[in-house]
Amino acid sequence: MATTNGTTTNDELELPVLTRKDFVTDQEVRWCPGCGDYAILAQMQRMLPRLRIPKENLVFISGIGCSSRFPYYVETYGFHSIHGRAPTIASGLKTARPELSVFVITGDGDGLSIGGNHMLHVMRRNIDLTIILFNNRIYGLTKGQFSPTSEMGKVTKSSPYGTTERPLNPIRVALAAGATFIARSIDRDTAHLEETLYKAAKHKGVSFVEVYQNCNIFNDGAFAAFADKGVRQDKLLYLEDGAPLRFGAERQHGITLDGFEPRVVEDVSSDDGLVVHDAASRTQNLANILAEMDYPDYPVPVGVFRDIEAPIFEDLIAAQVESARQKSPPNFQDLLNGSETWEVS
Amino acid sequence: MTTESPALTTPRVESRERVTVRFAGDSGDGMQLTGTQFTKTAAVFGNDLATLPDYPAEIRAPTGSLPGVSGFQVSFASTDIRTPGDAPDALVAMNPAALKTNIGDLVPGGLLIVDEDEFSPANLKKASYTTNPLEDGSLAAFQVRPIRITHQNELALADVDLPSQQKFLSRNFYALGVVLWLYGRSLDTTIRWAEEKFGRNPEVLDANLKALHAGHAFGETTEMFHTRYEVAPAPVPPGVYRHISGNEATALGFLAASVKSKLPLFYASYPITPASDVLHELSKLRNFGVKTFQAEDEIAAMGAAIGASYGGHLALTGTSGPGLALKSEGLNLAVMTELPVVIIDVQRSGPSTGMPTKTEQSDLLQAMYGRNGDSPVAIVAPATPSECFGMAIEAFRIALKHMVPVIYLSDGYLGNGSEPWRIPSLDEFADITYSYAEAGEGDFNPYKRDPDTLARNWAVPGQPGLEHRIGGIEKSADNGNISYDPGNHHRMTLARTEKVARVANDIPDLEVTGPDSGDLLVLGWGGTYGAITSAAERARNEGKSVSSAQLRYLNPFPKNLGDVLSRFNKVLIPELNTGQLVVLIRSKFLVDAVPFNKIAGQPFKIAEVQAKIDELLGLREPFEFEFAVPPAIGG
Ligand code: SF4
Repeated sequence: MATTNGTTTNDELELPVLTRKDFVTDQEVRWCPGCGDYAILAQMQRMLPRLRIPKENLVFISGIGCSSRFPYYVETYGFHSIHGRAPTIASGLKTARPELSVFVITGDGDGLSIGGNHMLHVMRRNIDLTIILFNNRIYGLTKGQFSPTSEMGKVTKSSPYGTTERPLNPIRVALAAGATFIARSIDRDTAHLEETLYKAAKHKGVSFVEVYQNCNIFNDGAFAAFADKGVRQDKLLYLEDGAPLRFGAERQHGITLDGFEPRVVEDVSSDDGLVVHDAASRTQNLANILAEMDYPDYPVPVGVFRDIEAPIFEDLIAAQVESARQKSPPNFQDLLNGSETWEVS
Repeated sequence: MTTESPALTTPRVESRERVTVRFAGDSGDGMQLTGTQFTKTAAVFGNDLATLPDYPAEIRAPTGSLPGVSGFQVSFASTDIRTPGDAPDALVAMNPAALKTNIGDLVPGGLLIVDEDEFSPANLKKASYTTNPLEDGSLAAFQVRPIRITHQNELALADVDLPSQQKFLSRNFYALGVVLWLYGRSLDTTIRWAEEKFGRNPEVLDANLKALHAGHAFGETTEMFHTRYEVAPAPVPPGVYRHISGNEATALGFLAASVKSKLPLFYASYPITPASDVLHELSKLRNFGVKTFQAEDEIAAMGAAIGASYGGHLALTGTSGPGLALKSEGLNLAVMTELPVVIIDVQRSGPSTGMPTKTEQSDLLQAMYGRNGDSPVAIVAPATPSECFGMAIEAFRIALKHMVPVIYLSDGYLGNGSEPWRIPSLDEFADITYSYAEAGEGDFNPYKRDPDTLARNWAVPGQPGLEHRIGGIEKSADNGNISYDPGNHHRMTLARTEKVARVANDIPDLEVTGPDSGDLLVLGWGGTYGAITSAAERARNEGKSVSSAQLRYLNPFPKNLGDVLSRFNKVLIPELNTGQLVVLIRSKFLVDAVPFNKIAGQPFKIAEVQAKIDELLGLREPFEFEFAVPPAIGG
């Protein structure tokens, strides 16, 4: 199939040495000044050269919303599709052409409201896609209605009396759907964001990354209380695989478990009794506990919640094609003839 | 019909040009299998034939109930026939419910075979009979042949080591044996099939074959039937033939498009009646490189097909009417991004859930107009089950050459119906051509167009130097960037429309059957071909000035359509909807075409179209449909 489409694979090529600039298009970026999307774009463009994948084998597919303009600004193949459906298009493309590296760019409304069903199933199937969900907890493009991740009671244009519905937690959705790589990062921590994007892109199987993204026009400061530079050290829990759960400027605080309840222990010197992060744990129990930890009761976990290996959908299909070919080499005429023919002369 | 002559030991053999038989029983009685086996036997014998399976709406309605009745009608002939027959000449009813729902269709004097053993008080009650129709004289108009099928079958299977419930399941083979004898047919086709099917289960094989032989022997040895019927082979063009259903032909045709274009086939679909068979068939074909994707919903299936098309594969999705509604948003994305993708719609009765197992042609206007904005797509429609093969190739030929989405409108009648098919060579079909863009100087413009077809420049991921962005937002014709320029949207909309219109340069003219001018043209589309063509032919044989034509290309229309219409005094358009093609014809050609509409979940009968023809010619009073009460078959 590679040859059918004139594709060059990484093996055939000298691995390209590209820079951030190679991934910048000539399009004027149209997000509001100060929008968190800029930072995500910049980190993506910085990260992409590290993958050493030829530009032509990279595809960005998005839905609708502010974040979904992303593909126009990345100098690769790009598809700005329709609301919520990016995972479906990416699934078809990746199943047909497993050699491509496909990113899905979505938002909280696009990915969890109108496209919620597709998001579940793309993660369940474990298609090797890298899904980046920009969570700004608001509808930006339509100018400020509440989204499925908006906090209960939020006053917006479409909820002047406050919302009456509970929000979704994207990480818990990804866990429920069985995603094999699940992470969270924030637009304002550029180093952490780049590294998280890199790990997600490198993962074999579906990767789901929630990025807390500030919409400075319609939901400014949604994450400020724990993501701003000044407070971050005390309010975020940076997850590190194999390391005890610690936070604080001096990493002086820790997390222990009391039954199934996480507890913050302040100023604890010994690691004894602290929960040790294991992203590849056999069960999702730890990841579920971490996913429920939220501001203001707990430091907000960021980093990789889960990273496991599982059979990949498009590889299984390709393997079925291969083994079916070997078992019964395709003979179109035989197939046309079916089980019974007769001749008329 | 026949004279009583009890002394006769060898039955008379009567020659018939055409016979129509219907098998009806409980959905657990294996009637589809019985009908199919009889059909294959007739096909191998060389008859021309057509079939009409009729499934109950419920998967497992209560045994013996009216909604649980399943039927299969086959018409076979020594001449070229095009429909499964207006009404059966012979009916096999395996229980009272099957009798009740089907007897209204049997021709007067027709042969009625029933399993007498099943007419118990309990079963009669389930079928809402207050008296036993075998005894109350209500069947006097027919040649009733009650056979103790259940009992005889049990006797034949006496030494088979199976529980009696399982032996009961062989009754349909017994009935098949009787009917095969009645029409002088060999048991070979069924024996071969059974050996293959039940090879791993020798007891079941043994039971079925014993039942089959016993049924055949019953016909031979008893004197119940005084006449056997003979239907000679039909003169057909030489070649190798097989028996094929429309859905099978559809699946094979789309694979043929893959073989011809050398592009791998990708099929995304969500299960839906009556299109699921296409998914089943294609999912077997991994060895041909076919990738099937059972999506989470109709929308996802459409999206996945668009993704595969974007990736340069032969991208196909399939559904029925309710699914097409869900796909319309995605289909519009394919219109906007000008990607080649084919959407199969095996139409069924609507609106909403409608009657999923029943046929209709009511999605034409949805296919034409069911999307936001001005959103032209090409539309093709096969006219017979076997023609589904060639039209599938046509759908991709048009999609790839013209860079347009194509809707392929089949229907339940075509999809489930079957007929003999001369197995063609792929060379008999037009080639499929397409081209990917080549990297050149300057930036790649995905909307640069071929001057003849207006097909856009196609580059697929993996091609170096052609990285570009497409999407659902209007794009500049000059460079493919987002554009809200008023003149650009005007030009792009017209270009998309003109591109589809130019497909007309690339499709065959409409053929007229009969003289190319006259009093009346009967114009149809898709699966009504058989009834329309036969009705017009009969009218001509009666000396009437009537021709017929069947549209297989609905958008754009063949270039000569306006000219054809202008050569007839009147135009009649029979459709299984409330008048959809007629709307298009009237608005495009300002022709006062007369609609003729049946919305009963059943195909047209030839006689119905004939009657309407006579009405239009002033030879009879206005025609009214007469629907059997209770409805023909099923619930
Ligand atoms: S509306 Fe909000 S999310 Fe959208 S571009 Fe502006 S700041 Fe960013």
